[in-house]
Amino acid sequence: MSAGSTVISTAKLDEIIQSFDSKKSNLIAILQKVQEVYRYLPEDAMIYIGEKIDGLSPATVFGVATFYAQFSLEPKGKYEIKVCDGTACHVRGSMPVLNAIRAKLNMKDKQLTSENGLFSLETVSCLGACGLAPVVVINDKVYPQMTSDAITIILDTLIKEDK
Amino acid sequence: MTDNKTLFIDGMEVEFSDEPNLLEVIRKADLNVPTFCYRPDLTSFGACRMCVVEIEGRGIQSSCTMPPEAGLKIHLNTDRVRKIRKTVLELLLANHKCECLTCDKSGNCELQKYAMEYGITDIRFPKLEKEDYLPVDDYNPSIVRDPSKCILCGACVRACSEFQGHSVLGFVNRGSNTRIEPMNGRFLSQVDCVFCGQCQAVCPTGALTIKSSIDAVWEKINDSTKKVVVQIAPSVRVALGEEFNLEPGENTIGKIYAAARRLGFNLIFDTNFSADLTIMEEANEFVQRLTKGEKLPLFTSCCPAWVRYLETQHPELLSHLSTCKSPQGMLSPVLKEFLPKYYEGYKKEDIVVVSIMPCTAKKYEAIREQLINQTDFVLTTKEFAKMIKAAGIDFRKLKEEEANSPFGQYTGAATIFGASGGVAEAAVRTAYNMVTGEELSNVDIKTLRGVDAKSRTKDLVVDIKGTSVKVRVVSTLKEAEKSLKEIKAGISDFHILEVMACPGGCVNGGGQPISCSDSSIKEKRAEGLYEEDRNLEFRRSHQNPDIIKLYNECLGGKPGSEIAHHLLHTTYSDKFKGSYKDI
Repeated sequence: MSAGSTVISTAKLDEIIQSFDSKKSNLIAILQKVQEVYRYLPEDAMIYIGEKIDGLSPATVFGVATFYAQFSLEPKGKYEIKVCDGTACHVRGSMPVLNAIRAKLNMKDKQLTSENGLFSLETVSCLGACGLAPVVVINDKVYPQMTSDAITIILDTLIKEDK
Repeated sequence: MTDNKTLFIDGMEVEFSDEPNLLEVIRKADLNVPTFCYRPDLTSFGACRMCVVEIEGRGIQSSCTMPPEAGLKIHLNTDRVRKIRKTVLELLLANHKCECLTCDKSGNCELQKYAMEYGITDIRFPKLEKEDYLPVDDYNPSIVRDPSKCILCGACVRACSEFQGHSVLGFVNRGSNTRIEPMNGRFLSQVDCVFCGQCQAVCPTGALTIKSSIDAVWEKINDSTKKVVVQIAPSVRVALGEEFNLEPGENTIGKIYAAARRLGFNLIFDTNFSADLTIMEEANEFVQRLTKGEKLPLFTSCCPAWVRYLETQHPELLSHLSTCKSPQGMLSPVLKEFLPKYYEGYKKEDIVVVSIMPCTAKKYEAIREQLINQTDFVLTTKEFAKMIKAAGIDFRKLKEEEANSPFGQYTGAATIFGASGGVAEAAVRTAYNMVTGEELSNVDIKTLRGVDAKSRTKDLVVDIKGTSVKVRVVSTLKEAEKSLKEIKAGISDFHILEVMACPGGCVNGGGQPISCSDSSIKEKRAEGLYEEDRNLEFRRSHQNPDIIKLYNECLGGKPGSEIAHHLLHTTYSDKFKGSYKDI
């Protein structure tokens, strides 16, 4: 795993750490905030936090970051696509939708972020919207009853908007 | 407390007092249950599930996490318990790189031992395939990490955080993907590991082992163009015997000299000699700083793990660190420089210095850029024991021999270097003389002694003719950190800070025979050193006749001379992280 070349701002990190009282019990909240800023957890940021907060070490921070699925060690795309693969969505065809996204964005199995850095893709287990299955969420916007065709059109729109 | 404090183990009535858990009560009753993750000096973790016992009315409980209660009826070996332990073993073995014959831990491995004791002859589950083996990290001078042999008991993670405070090892991922690793899959050499080796000392399997220098040393011994000389550290003499079924703490130094000669070392010297030399230089340095009132407190510099810790974590405090090399670091250049003067046929470039140390960090010290090519190879106590066994030497039957002159004699002050507090005690004995010209009447400074978990910080005030000198002794870097915080906050009042990274000092070093299941072993080793101290003719470093001779004949007459400075002192460098650079 490489951390990429994101340059972290120690001033920004200090601000985040201080806003959580520099307490190690607030580590998860701190990491969430850092991820919000950088769209992932840069390695340097984890080292910095581990060194800065009493009772933590870089290895401990890394342990927490890898324990929770919500944290990403690779940069996420501008658009974060979450394909629901809970039971209901799965039986109503979430896999063809997922495959359509991969094909459209030219992403391999397990690849998290598209080459141009615009999209990141992950599956999640049940969003609690089974009545709308299969569901896709892009940056907190819910797209219900997806099909391969529908998702391709949505992606096209997003790509066009970005230009 | 008049309460009834008894419980029943397999029908036997057993009393308990303040034991923290059932496992300790069981052990006190001279019984035992298997465990991988429980280490008396570390917090209970309850990870391995091997120590489970059946308690009437409570079912299955892990004995390492359950506090004793009056009236409990405990069964150690019921069918259910045995079945659980066997399954645990099978599951662990299924995920284990089972290369026992070629594993460094073979013979000392707890997984191997219990698999044998529980008769595991076949594993029901799919086994780990060769292509699933994870890469081995042997890119540092001290420790080899083979993650495919890790059973995730977490002992190393706890040792790193509870002893040294700055955990370089941690759990990553979760569930079946859980591993123990340094930060982000780096090598140990790429993080701020101090190479103390405590992780390796508590590891029940071959996941963490010592990087061996045995073959390299044999090669030099068998090279007729080389003169291979050896030095033996203070605490090796009270621990090596354990590898040959002698009691912990038994002083075997005479046998060690003999064994080293049988192995083919050309000349045998004692690091104790240079411990005396260290005291001469360090006490001199201390007296100078005390007189000038600068760069106080003085930090001792014998422990390479501590030195690396300061360099990587607190470089702004490096000026406090004594510039004296460690005893290992002092003796090697002295041997290379002056042996040709005393021994015919010895040329500086042909001399190979091997040191036998209780310590894995000494291997790192030997390759420090300031010290490179002085100590050529470092063997730990365990490696030396292996060499003796491989050479077919019956250690127990060896007749005691003497070290070679002129660097063989030592005082009691040197031998106690091996226990936490020893360096400070020895320094006080000599500093007192340097300041007052008189001898300290009572050389037994008991306040500075003790290697158990309660004695990790010890304070002493000595009155040196009107000046009261405060001495602080700490073992483990976690404890050291507290003293450093005091210094940074400007509230420290001590003049000397002795730090040993291993809990209890070198007697409990990472290179010593394994002793993590019984915390009294290190106490017995320390007692062995204090006993030798009591029985030696000279107990103050400045009285060592060989030291006086060395100063007169080679080192310009007195401590701190120019040549002494050149040979016996060193420099340090800022290795502050952020960098996280290779060593």
